[in-house]
Amino acid sequence: MAALSKEASYPMPSHLEDIKTVSRFLRGTIAEGLADPVTGAISEDDNKLLKFHGSYQQDDRDLRDERRRQKLEPAYAFMVRARLAGGVMTTAQWLAFDRIASDYASSGLRITTRQTFQWHGIIKRDLKPTIAAIDAALASTIAACGDVNRNVVCNANPVESRAHAAAYAWAAKLSEHLLPQTRAYHEIWLDGEKLVGEAAEAEREPLYGPTYLPRKFKIGLAIPPLNDVDVFAQDLGLVAIVDDGELRGFNVAIGGGMGAAHGDPSTYPRLASAIGFVEPDRLLVLAEAIIAVQRDWGDREERKHARFKYTIDKRGLAAVKAEIEKRAGFALEAERPFRFEHNGDRYGWVEGHEGRWHLTLQVESGRLVDGGQVRWLTGMREIARVHTGDIRLTCNQNLIIANVAAADRARIDAIVAAHGMDGYRRHSGIRQHAVACVALPTCGLAMAESERYLPQLLPKLEASLDRHGLLSAPILLRLSGCPNGCSRPYLGEIALVGRAPGRYDLRLAADFSGQRLNQVYRENVDEAALLDALDRLFARYAAEREPSEHFGDFLLRGGVLKHRKIAAEVLA
Amino acid sequence: MVNRRLDVQKENDVSAAPRPILPTPALASERLALLSRLTDGLPPADLYWISAWTAALAAQATRVVLPASASTEAVNAATGERLTVLYGSQTGNSRRVAERLAERAMAAGLDVRLLRTGVYPLRELVQERHLALVISSQGDGDPPDDAIGFVEFLTGKRAPRLPQLKFSVMGLGDSSYPKYCAVSRRLDARFAELGAQRFAALGEADVDFEAPCTSWSDGVLEKVRETLGASPAPATNLRAVALHAVGSVLHSREKPFAAEVLDNQRIVSRDSTREVRHLELSLQGSGLRYEPGDALGVWPRNPPALVDDYLRLLRLDGEQEVAHDGRRLPLSRWLAQERELTRLSRPLLAAHAAASGDAELARVLEPEQREALARLLDTHQPIDLLRRHPVDWNAEQLVAALRPLTPRLYSIASSTKAVGEDEVHLTVAVVGYHAHGSGHLGAASSFLAAAGDDVRVPVFVEPNERFRLPADHGRDIVMIGPGTGVAPFRAFVQERQAVGATGRNWLFFGNRHFAQDFLYQAEWQQALKDRALHRLDLAFSRDVAVSSGPHMDVREFARDSHKVYVQHRIREHGRELYAWLRDGAHLYVCGDATRMARDVHEALVDVAIAHGGLSAEDARAWLAELLQEGRYARDVY
Repeated sequence: MAALSKEASYPMPSHLEDIKTVSRFLRGTIAEGLADPVTGAISEDDNKLLKFHGSYQQDDRDLRDERRRQKLEPAYAFMVRARLAGGVMTTAQWLAFDRIASDYASSGLRITTRQTFQWHGIIKRDLKPTIAAIDAALASTIAACGDVNRNVVCNANPVESRAHAAAYAWAAKLSEHLLPQTRAYHEIWLDGEKLVGEAAEAEREPLYGPTYLPRKFKIGLAIPPLNDVDVFAQDLGLVAIVDDGELRGFNVAIGGGMGAAHGDPSTYPRLASAIGFVEPDRLLVLAEAIIAVQRDWGDREERKHARFKYTIDKRGLAAVKAEIEKRAGFALEAERPFRFEHNGDRYGWVEGHEGRWHLTLQVESGRLVDGGQVRWLTGMREIARVHTGDIRLTCNQNLIIANVAAADRARIDAIVAAHGMDGYRRHSGIRQHAVACVALPTCGLAMAESERYLPQLLPKLEASLDRHGLLSAPILLRLSGCPNGCSRPYLGEIALVGRAPGRYDLRLAADFSGQRLNQVYRENVDEAALLDALDRLFARYAAEREPSEHFGDFLLRGGVLKHRKIAAEVLA
Repeated sequence: MVNRRLDVQKENDVSAAPRPILPTPALASERLALLSRLTDGLPPADLYWISAWTAALAAQATRVVLPASASTEAVNAATGERLTVLYGSQTGNSRRVAERLAERAMAAGLDVRLLRTGVYPLRELVQERHLALVISSQGDGDPPDDAIGFVEFLTGKRAPRLPQLKFSVMGLGDSSYPKYCAVSRRLDARFAELGAQRFAALGEADVDFEAPCTSWSDGVLEKVRETLGASPAPATNLRAVALHAVGSVLHSREKPFAAEVLDNQRIVSRDSTREVRHLELSLQGSGLRYEPGDALGVWPRNPPALVDDYLRLLRLDGEQEVAHDGRRLPLSRWLAQERELTRLSRPLLAAHAAASGDAELARVLEPEQREALARLLDTHQPIDLLRRHPVDWNAEQLVAALRPLTPRLYSIASSTKAVGEDEVHLTVAVVGYHAHGSGHLGAASSFLAAAGDDVRVPVFVEPNERFRLPADHGRDIVMIGPGTGVAPFRAFVQERQAVGATGRNWLFFGNRHFAQDFLYQAEWQQALKDRALHRLDLAFSRDVAVSSGPHMDVREFARDSHKVYVQHRIREHGRELYAWLRDGAHLYVCGDATRMARDVHEALVDVAIAHGGLSAEDARAWLAELLQEGRYARDVY
């Protein structure tokens, strides 16, 4: 159990490459599997291909054993993830997504840590109507998962909103430009005409080729001083360089990635390495070149070493950079200076340009449901009906009601308050900066609770912080049910990484802006042990911190943990 | 049916594992070899039968005649001297009555042959001299499946004149149905019309069939003894012989085995509003044997809360001893274990109407109120009546008014070849609902649902020889079993897999929700993988239909479209189904009789019309023929 990870769950290292090879550009036998009425599942091989279509099969792990005794198959259902570049959507799209949640999903809408929506609990026969409905809402799910470029994330709440518009446009262009070209998606989900004969022969994936990438590929775009996208956790991180309100280009960093496996030092989280600067009009060519290098150089034998970060560490950063420049046909310029303040979200109202306002609301674990006093689905439905701007999702699983005229603020505030969505006003510092992945019961990789544990853990941490007068101190807390890192736990000042039910690794001392990884402080401990350890550290932090010193920084300065060079040996 | 000697011997054997040592027989070696060849590989049931038959031979010399299935030629010579006992049975009651009559006739020293209508050679009817027929009526005055051909022949134009025949008919039925005992009445009249003479008057029995059947049998025996002039019964020195496979030598309906519960597992999901359970019972030491297709009889105990309700409502003391029918028991025992408390019958309603003097109830019993009566009986339990129309019964009156408790039959869901000879599995839908202001439970299903380590379940095996897998393992079979009707097909598939049958198995299953009540889903999936099941077609009536386009509101669509049942799947796959049947497949239907079996039959008619090019009339005739051949068998209730 301890070594189980996303990587280890593949039965044979190169099996997935075989599946891709014979899949006829991601078709496999998905359509046949959907039509099989005897099971709510599809085959294992098809499930691997289904990811490229933006969905994968899960089952309710809480019910697994009960249903086995009932002689029923597991409660299979599908997770469906939208592809929503930069997390920006219209109010009409919001309403469509909300409708999909009530029509097909089991538990509302979920904002992911990659700035998009996913729906859980969609049963097999509803999968096609769900994806078709997403398509009808002028969105898509293709390549939301799988060994391709994923949803491109982009800073969502800019100080400089004109530059944001430009940067967001590039994020959208990247997203569009790097899409797979297969017709399989249209055939399977949208009743598109089936390619036969010569047309099928002629089908190509110009960028990816028939076997796509060795592993997933993530691109994020940050606009300083905010690093809400955690740009150094991306395979390709872009830092917008804005000068006088004008977008000049991007600093380029490659090889970030969070995933690791417990007890396997050959796997590790890694921050992206800076390789230079590129002007906007060369961005697409550069991105293609980078992806092509990973396509050709990445490890296709061993999936757990297939991410771009391992390619870079194996070949050397200089060699990879040289190959990228060769393929792009130009040399990168020198990096330009920038500064990040933090990687959290700024809650409440922020004024953009031309008198438009943006309201950021905190959504615990990104879960939008109606429950008791807090009614996200109803409240946001009401807002979407009256709001004239757009709505954005953040990489910290929060949402922004964007581009509100000053005159409309009161009306929005009233709806927010009426539905209990204004928790951000009252939340403690740590609660405002908490991120948790989905984990149990739906995630097949989870070893411990995460999203369901957060509401139990937070009051205990808050009580401890309160004892030391730290209730309003902003501290980044990240919870993950396994070491694969969907909640980017290696960038939390405090992080819990699940090892077994009720047991976590306690990691500490990342910085507050996503530029330094944390370290293991206590391994495989239960709640009592981790609360006890943290309470002692909070006491010291309260007594010894310097003005505006963040918790993670304090832990290093205070010698609780040692400064270490960020590299493979630090970790795992 | 019970052989005392075997009984005793077997009981002694239960704990003693070693085989009994027999004295060296006085048989010549060639006869010994013959005997060994004959008995080699026979199942226990057949061995018991042979033993019973030879015991009877020893006791009565030449008086015992082999049953017809063995050899009709052998007995033809004696036709004139013989009583033929014939039965058409759907649930086994008529069979049991016929068996008892045959046993008693044999014990009285008469030549008897016992046959079910489905295998009776119709051409022998003209030579028949003494015929006793026990037959039930189903639903809308229909004969049992097994008797359809017999009834059609007899009531049809080709029926021969029968001036030589002396006959008597016993009808079983349920007076709550409008066409009560319609089949037996029709046959009784028809025999007379064909020139036969009644040697005993037409008997009729309602749901409490025991007493009327016994008195009819008495009459038949008395008359037939006179006519056939048999010698007086050697009553003291008698070995009664079961003419059927002796499946229950130690234990029987009258002497059930107290089975231990090995497993009692809910097999619908937690969000299902209905309760279906899978029970595994131990038959160890019972001597009970069963075949796929057989039913397990369960003697239930009434829900304790219901017994309390009766006592409270009538202000009676459960401890009070009540004498009835020659027995003396505490009232609470009568109510818990001896009386029917959850099923309302016409006789009880009549008694209640008389006792209460209620005009409304009396009106429902009038002949033209049949529909209202059926509805009332269907929707009420006796307690509802008692609550709404109070009657001040004392303990004796109550026990006398209530029907005797009857066992419930569950189609067995296992094959001994898969689960071992000491186990039997059941699939039990637990009846529980709220009506008339209070909760209602089914007697047997609630008893079984609660059965665990501390409760043993009184059971017996009820053979169902009309619901058997084809002897030829190469034959294809088609099984239609929605809901708990799927139970015997679990046994069928287990059996076919265990014996390595080469024929294909096709199952139609339906229920409300795929995710909630796809009974034995995991097992069917495995069977498909193992090629023990070759086709599985499903109909989930309450699941939304799959939308045909992205813009259609599927929920609306589903609400408006009508529900999908197995009969729809049968029509959908009609071409293939017809091909299977044309190529000799056996067809089985199990489950609800009132709607499902009828709808499925209509679907089969449509299939024969659409894909066999038959007229409606020919399609029906074809299906009747399949029923008659036993190639289309129904186990419906």
